[in-house]
Amino acid sequence: MKKKKRKELLLQGNEAIVEGALKAGCRFFAGYPITPATEISEILSVKLPKVDGTFIQMEDEIASLGAVIGASLTGTKSMTATSGPGFSLMQENLGFAIITEIPCVIVDAMRGGPSTGLPTSPSQSDVMQARWGTHGDHPIIVLCPSTVSECFTLTIKAFNFSERFRNPVILLVDEVVAHMREKIAIPDDEEIEVFNRVKPTVPPEWYIPYQDTPRGVPPMADFGEGYRYHVTGLTHDIRGFPTSRPDEIDPFIRRLFRKISQNFGEMQIGEFFMTDDADISIVAYGCVARSAKRAVIDARERGIKVGLLKLNTIWPFMRTAVEKLVAKSKIVIVPEMNMGQISREVKRVIKSDVKVFTINKVDSTIITPEEIWARIKEVS
Amino acid sequence: MAEITKLIHKYLRHDKKFPHVWCPGCGIGIMLGALIRAIDSSGYDKDDIVLVSGIGCTGRLPVYVDFNTLHTTHGRALTFATGIKLAKPRLKVIVVMGDGDAIAIGGNHFIHAARRNIDLTSIIVNNSVYGMTGGQYSPATPYGMKTTTSMYSNVEHDFKIAELAVTAGAAFVGRGTVYHAKLLDSLFEKAFHKAGFSVVEVISHCHTQYGRLNRMGSAVEMMEWQRDHAVTVEKARQMKSDELQDKFVIGVLVDRELPPYEEEYEKVRKWAKGVDKK
Ligand SMILES: Cc1ncc(C[n+]2csc(CCOP(=O)(O)OP(=O)(O)O)c2C)c(N)n1
Ligand code: SF4
Ligand SMILES: [Mg+2]
Repeated sequence: MKKKKRKELLLQGNEAIVEGALKAGCRFFAGYPITPATEISEILSVKLPKVDGTFIQMEDEIASLGAVIGASLTGTKSMTATSGPGFSLMQENLGFAIITEIPCVIVDAMRGGPSTGLPTSPSQSDVMQARWGTHGDHPIIVLCPSTVSECFTLTIKAFNFSERFRNPVILLVDEVVAHMREKIAIPDDEEIEVFNRVKPTVPPEWYIPYQDTPRGVPPMADFGEGYRYHVTGLTHDIRGFPTSRPDEIDPFIRRLFRKISQNFGEMQIGEFFMTDDADISIVAYGCVARSAKRAVIDARERGIKVGLLKLNTIWPFMRTAVEKLVAKSKIVIVPEMNMGQISREVKRVIKSDVKVFTINKVDSTIITPEEIWARIKEVS
Repeated sequence: MAEITKLIHKYLRHDKKFPHVWCPGCGIGIMLGALIRAIDSSGYDKDDIVLVSGIGCTGRLPVYVDFNTLHTTHGRALTFATGIKLAKPRLKVIVVMGDGDAIAIGGNHFIHAARRNIDLTSIIVNNSVYGMTGGQYSPATPYGMKTTTSMYSNVEHDFKIAELAVTAGAAFVGRGTVYHAKLLDSLFEKAFHKAGFSVVEVISHCHTQYGRLNRMGSAVEMMEWQRDHAVTVEKARQMKSDELQDKFVIGVLVDRELPPYEEEYEKVRKWAKGVDKK
């Protein structure tokens, strides 16, 4: 059979995120302009009304995520996009979406911080904020593209995961990937896997909105479809009503974690590049993974066996992939554009005497292949 | 059971969610009664009502009633309500907030929701204080009053919530009190039927904290205070400004025809699809 030629487009990372969101079924966007995420708002303000969707520019990022959660509660796939300062404001309602288990997608196009920091410069310094930014114990899913094509595919994944696990998903992009232009092939609709949240099939009288299931994810009823239930940011019992009973609180919080941990395997997205025989391995993500790949190729040409583990899933952390890596490599290098947010995690999961070296760049410029190559020479 | 009690029970989640958290004598219960009566007489289906609240004593209200209910974060109720309404416009979305909820932490959302004229009904229970956290001053606490964070005397001036809503662009604004329960019923009904952003400010009392600190007496005495200080819009027009000094106006402050946001956005959809030209 002749393979159909895919539609090829030259897109910016932010444009590819929009394309992915629309393919995934996103029909509601609320946001507040901020560099380097603004293009997502601008493009969706044009495209969403064409497909009977809704775009609204809210008064701030707190309001943006509030509106997104409200829209999702009616059964509409929803998202917002921001950068560090706005992401800080979103932390309050992010926790609300987690405790109420309302699916939504948040794009954080990272810039240098703290505070207003470096509006147009790349950074990877929101890795830990994405993990722990909102208060309280909570699970989170965070994906990170390093190519324009991945912006497209991972945005679809982000929606799918959020629908599947009833948890907000954060797409963490850096300024380089958000603004870079690359050719990408847009697959046909039939080739794209889109997952929609599971809805209750029982009659409303039988619906118990937060009852545990084997997957740990309860079916979710849309507001306004006959299932009149209560949704609250207070810790709640299986019926959704506030509780202060230890025997109800404990299983609830544990279920929130379990629904992610027990489905851990499904969420691990990454790439092993020339790692099978590697003496030295690099662990990288976002735009840095691109430089790392180049450095690996250069090193191989000079006869040094280097490999790369590219992380596309940042949280939950790809522990098993790192463990696999260090079965062979006794040296690991973690280059990142922050003071060591992922290297800390790499060190935490490695139980053997593998040496972990870092490259931490925080001067607003990207990490180049030459800088990684220099570090390889230093440590080999 | 009296007819009126039967009616209330029709809407309560009484098998699941009682006793409630409110102090005996609190005005929030009276406001809830008016809300239920107005919803009932407006003929809405329970399935089509979404009741959204923020955080506070007032914010606890939705859990007790049998609608689609959403108890959000402090001050943010209107933002969630905006998303619900825009994504599913056929739903009747009613938002209940405390004074602190609506005009302190949520003040920005409040003026912008009014400015956009989103088709929502906002009900604000103004008890002049942060009730839930133990009686601290709010932006609705009048100058000179005692609260647990203004034990000497409040040196800030209060927002007039209903007037603020008028200025911010709401299509309908009313003010009532929990003493004037019948007026509340009718203000709620009018607000529900208004297309666009409607606001009802409900003057209430927190006798256990604000009332106690300011020696305003029991719940009943505080309601008598409401009776003695409320002046109808019609009567206020006949009065001089010095006569109105320690009074507040109740009734319909504004009722105007403004296209709701949803209607306007429908135009955007048509322009986007090329059905209509801009
Ligand atoms: C972000 C945040 N800050 C503070 C609080 C604590 N808090 C809970 S209710 C409340 C004030 C409630 O006052 P009001 O809105 O007037 O409602 P009332 O209790 O008087 O009905 C505050 C400050 C909170 N829940 N969230
Ligand atoms: S603290 Fe005040 S506002 Fe809260 S329930 Fe008691 S009387 Fe009502
Ligand atoms: Mg109050």
